[in-house]
Amino acid sequence: MSPEKMVHMANQIATFFKTQPGDATEKVASHIADFWEPRMRDQLRDYVDRGGSGLDRVVVDATALIR
Amino acid sequence: MKDFILPPMLDDRDMGTKAKAGKPVTLTIDGFEVTVTEGTSVMRAAAELGIRVPKLCATDSLEAFGSCRLCAVEIEGRRGTPASCTTPVTEGMVVSTQSDKVRRIRKGVMELYISDHPLDCLTCSANGDCELQDMAGAVGLRDVRYKAPEDGGFVNHFKARNSSGEANPEWLPKDDSNPYFTYDPSKCIVCNRCVRACEEVQGTFALTIEGRGFDSRVSVGAENFLASDCVSCGACVQACPTATLQEKSIIEMGTPDRSVVTTCAYCGVGCSFKAEMQGDELVRMVPYKHGKANRGHSCVKGRFAWGYANHRERILNPMIRDSIDEPWREVSWDEAIGFAASKMRGLQETYGRKSIGVITSSRCTNEETYLVQKLTRAVFGNNNTDTCARVCHSPTGYGLGQTFGTSAGTQDFDSVEHTDVVIVIGANPTDGHPVFASRLKKRLRAGAKLIVIDPRRIDLVKSAHVAAAHHLALRPGTNVAVVTALAHVIVTEGLIDEAFIRERCDWDEFRHFAEFVSDMRHSPELTALLTGVDPAEMRAAARLFATGGNGAIYYGLGVTEHSQGSTTVMAIANLAMLTGNIGRPGVGVNPLRGQNNVQGSCDMGSFPHELPGYRHVKDADVREMFEAVWGRPIDPEPGLRIPNMLDAAVDGTFKGLYCQGEDILQSDPDTKHVAAGLAAMECVIVHDLFLNETANYAHVFLPGSTFLEKDGTFTNAERRINRVRKVISPRNGYADWEVTQLLANAMGAGWSYTHPAQIMDEIAATTPSFSGVDYALLEEKGSVQWPCNEAHPEGTPLMHVDGFVRGKGRFIVTEYVATDEKTGPRFPLLLTTGRILSQYNVGAQTRRTANTIWHVADLLEIHPHDAENRGLKEGDWVRLASRAGETTLKAMVTDRVSPGVVYTTFHHPDTQANVITTDYSDWATNCPEYKVTAVQVSPSNGPTTWQEDYAAQAERSRRILPAAE
Repeated sequence: MSPEKMVHMANQIATFFKTQPGDATEKVASHIADFWEPRMRDQLRDYVDRGGSGLDRVVVDATALIR
Repeated sequence: MKDFILPPMLDDRDMGTKAKAGKPVTLTIDGFEVTVTEGTSVMRAAAELGIRVPKLCATDSLEAFGSCRLCAVEIEGRRGTPASCTTPVTEGMVVSTQSDKVRRIRKGVMELYISDHPLDCLTCSANGDCELQDMAGAVGLRDVRYKAPEDGGFVNHFKARNSSGEANPEWLPKDDSNPYFTYDPSKCIVCNRCVRACEEVQGTFALTIEGRGFDSRVSVGAENFLASDCVSCGACVQACPTATLQEKSIIEMGTPDRSVVTTCAYCGVGCSFKAEMQGDELVRMVPYKHGKANRGHSCVKGRFAWGYANHRERILNPMIRDSIDEPWREVSWDEAIGFAASKMRGLQETYGRKSIGVITSSRCTNEETYLVQKLTRAVFGNNNTDTCARVCHSPTGYGLGQTFGTSAGTQDFDSVEHTDVVIVIGANPTDGHPVFASRLKKRLRAGAKLIVIDPRRIDLVKSAHVAAAHHLALRPGTNVAVVTALAHVIVTEGLIDEAFIRERCDWDEFRHFAEFVSDMRHSPELTALLTGVDPAEMRAAARLFATGGNGAIYYGLGVTEHSQGSTTVMAIANLAMLTGNIGRPGVGVNPLRGQNNVQGSCDMGSFPHELPGYRHVKDADVREMFEAVWGRPIDPEPGLRIPNMLDAAVDGTFKGLYCQGEDILQSDPDTKHVAAGLAAMECVIVHDLFLNETANYAHVFLPGSTFLEKDGTFTNAERRINRVRKVISPRNGYADWEVTQLLANAMGAGWSYTHPAQIMDEIAATTPSFSGVDYALLEEKGSVQWPCNEAHPEGTPLMHVDGFVRGKGRFIVTEYVATDEKTGPRFPLLLTTGRILSQYNVGAQTRRTANTIWHVADLLEIHPHDAENRGLKEGDWVRLASRAGETTLKAMVTDRVSPGVVYTTFHHPDTQANVITTDYSDWATNCPEYKVTAVQVSPSNGPTTWQEDYAAQAERSRRILPAAE
C-alpha cells in the first residue's frame, strides 16, 4: 500500500484512541495487531524505522509494542 | 386455489380475517364448540373449526370490510344476518353458518355479482384460482335472471360492444403497462381488496375506488399502472380474488401445481416466499404469510424480479484463459477446477502461503460461505478471507461489539409494531428494505413518531399518510456530530433513563461519557455550523426520542460508510443506552443489512480476523477446536481485508483470488485502484451467474447457481436463519457449495459433504450461537433467530433482555473528527450515494429483469441552485469528477438534495459511480467512505474517455470462443 495511505489509516486509528480514556498507545497497538495483516504491520515498522514521517506520535510509540 | 403439495407444517388457508391477541372466548358454531381469542371474527372462528363461510371481500391479510354480504350468518338472539367478517365473537355465542335464509341471501348476492361478470371461465387466466368462481360453486348458483333490457343501454362493464357494434362507455380495456401484472377492469367485482392492500399492507395508497354505485371502479389516479404511484409490490395482485389483477406469468403459463417455501435472495429483510412451480419451471413467487420477516408481504424485486435465473447472459459452462487479453475457452468442470487448483497451488509455491485468498459471498448461503472461508483457512492455510460486509456493515460489527458485546441487531422486525418513536438514520427503507418500510409505515400511520436523519429528503420524510416529525438534513460526513449532539441534549436536559443505566451499564464509563458529552462544544447550537442542522429542530428531536415512549433506531449504510462509521455506530448505541431503549419489544438498535445473507456471511467467519461466531483468530482455544474438526493448523495472524488484498496485489505480494458471488470491480470504491489490483493478480477465479465486471479480470470463470437451485440457509438482518430450498436443479450442474468443494478437493482437502445439512451440522458443532440449529429444527419452526443453543433452544428474538452480552453496556466517547475528504475550489460539492427500489446493488440480477423499465440508468440528483450555477437542466449529460476519477451521467434536478450535495446510485456499470469514490475508509474497519466524496459537476457531451475505454475493455474481455469439438 502507498505510504500515504498507510500513514492516513494509522493516524485515523490514533485519532480515535486519543479521545478515549486510558493509554492510547497500548490501544492503538492492540487494534493494529488485531486487524492488520502481518505484511501491513511489517510495512508500518519499516516505515517507522525509516523515520516515520507524517505518523502520529502515538502510532510511532505503538509500533514498538506491536509484535 | 389448487391443492398444492406443501410441507406438512403449513396451514396456508385464508382464514378470512386477521388473528387477534386477547383472552380466550368460547362459542358454538354449527353445533361445534370453539375457543378463540377475544376480537376474533366469527368468520375466523369458523375457519378454525374448518368451516369455510363464503366470502369475497374478506381475506386474512386485511382488516374486515363487510361489503360483499356473502358471509352473512345467523346468530342466536341477534336480529338479521350479520356479516361474519365484521362480527367479533362473544362468550357463549351460538352461530349458524348455514340456513335457508343465509343460503338465499348468498345466492342472491352471487347472482348480482355474476350479472356484471363475463362467463368466460374456461379461458380466464384465473381459472382454477378464482374466488368468484369458487363462491358461485359454494352457494350453488345455477342461474342468472338479470339481463340487459332489449331496448335499453348497456348495463355491464365487461362487454366492449353491443350486438350492433356500438362501443360500451362502461367498458375499459386491459391495462398491461406494468411489466409483471395486468389490470383487467372487465373482471373487477369492486371488492376493494386491492385498494385496501395498497393502503394497509404496502402503505403506498396508489389505488382508490372512483365513482359511486354502478360507476364504482378501481383507479390508479393516472393514465395507467406504470404511470401511477404503484411500486409493484404485488400486494394488490395477491389480494385480488378474480383475474382483474393477474401476474403475466400466470396468464402465459397457467396455474402452478406445487409450491415450495423458500427465502428471497435480494435484501437483508429476508422475505419468505412460496415458489410456485409447474414441473421444473417457476411460475410465480408469492409472499408466504407465515414468513416471520415479511408476514405475507413482498416488494417488486422478490415478488417479480426473478427472471434473471433464465437470462440468456447467464453462463452455464466453466471457462478458463491464461491471460485476460484472451477470449474465454469453455471447458469441462474437471479441466476448469484442475486449472484453478494448479494455478492457486503454484502461486503459493512461488509467492508464499499468504499470496492467495477468497472473497465470500453475501448472496450465497451460510453453508456456502462457511465452506469458502474454510477453504482459505484449512486448505490455503491463511486467513485471507473477506466479504462484502467489509464495504457495508463492518463498522456495525466493530461498534456494537465494543458497546454491547455482539455485532447483532437487537430486535426482530415484529418489534416495530411496539415502537413509539423511530429514528431512521442513513437508511432509505422504502427503497432499500421495502417490506420492512411497509411495516414501519403501518406503525407510523397508527401514531408512532418518526425522526429522519439523512442529507436527502427520502420518501419516508413525506409520503402518503406518513410524515417525519423531524428531518435533520445534515451535511454528509457529520453523523457523529449530530448523534453526539442528540446525546448532549438528552444528558444536559436530564432526560436520561438513570435507572436503566445504573442497572445495565458500566456507571463509571457512563459518568465519563456524560462529562464528555455535556461539554458545550457538542451542543446543537455549536455543532450547527458543521452539521447544517437547525439547533431547535435537533433539540426537539432529542426530546421526542428520550420522552416519546419506546424508541427504536434503524440505520443503514449512511451510518457505516464513513471515515467515522464505527464511531457513529457507537454513538447510536450510546443513544439507545442513555434512553433505556434496549432489551424489550419496540426499542433497540437495528442495522438494516444490505444483502440477503450479509449477516450470515459475517456469522460464518468471513472476516480475516474472525473464525465463525466472531472469535478472533488469535484465540488459541478457538483455533484448537477448529483444528480438531478441520484437521489442519490455523494461522493465528489476521488475514487481508478486501482493500488490503488489492493493495497487496498492486505491491506484488497477493496473486490469486477466489471471488464467489461478489462484483468488487463495480461495488468497491475507487474503481481504478480495484482494476489495478485485479490486473496485478495472476489467477482470479470468479464464481458467479454472469460475466460480471470483476470477471473482466478473471482467468477462471466457474458458473454459479441461483437461490432457486440449491438448499441452504440465509440469515437476515434480524439474525433469522431461514431455509433456502431447492426448487429446480442447478442449471450449471452444481450448487455453489459443490463447486467450492470440488476446488477444495482438487487442492487436497478431502471433503465429502453430500448435503448442506451436513455443513450446518458442522457449523452448529463449532459455533456456540448456532449450536442448537439443524435442518430438522428449521423444518419444525420455519426459522429461528440466533443465538439458538441450550439456553435459547428456540432462538432469540430480542437480544440483551436480561443484560448485555458483554455484561455491562459500555458507553464510548464519540468525538467528531471531520473527514479528510473536504470540499474546496476544485471539488466544491459533496457526493453521496444510495439505492433505488427497483434495482439491487450492482444490478447484476435486476438489470437482467423487466425492472429496468423503472431505472434504466443511474442519474445525478442535483439541487436547482447548484444546477442553475452550472447552467444544467434536467436530463443534461454532466461530468462528475473527484480526485479519484470522473464519469458522466444524466442530471436530475431536484430539491430532495440540499444545495452543495449531489446524489447518485451505483446500479449500472456503464456509469461506474465508484470511479469517483475514494480510498478513504472507516478508521476501525476499512469500510470505504462511499457516502462522502468531494466532487465537481459540469456540463458534458457524453461518456468520458475512461468510460469508453472501460466499455471497450469489458467487451474484449467477455469474448467466448466456441467450445472445441
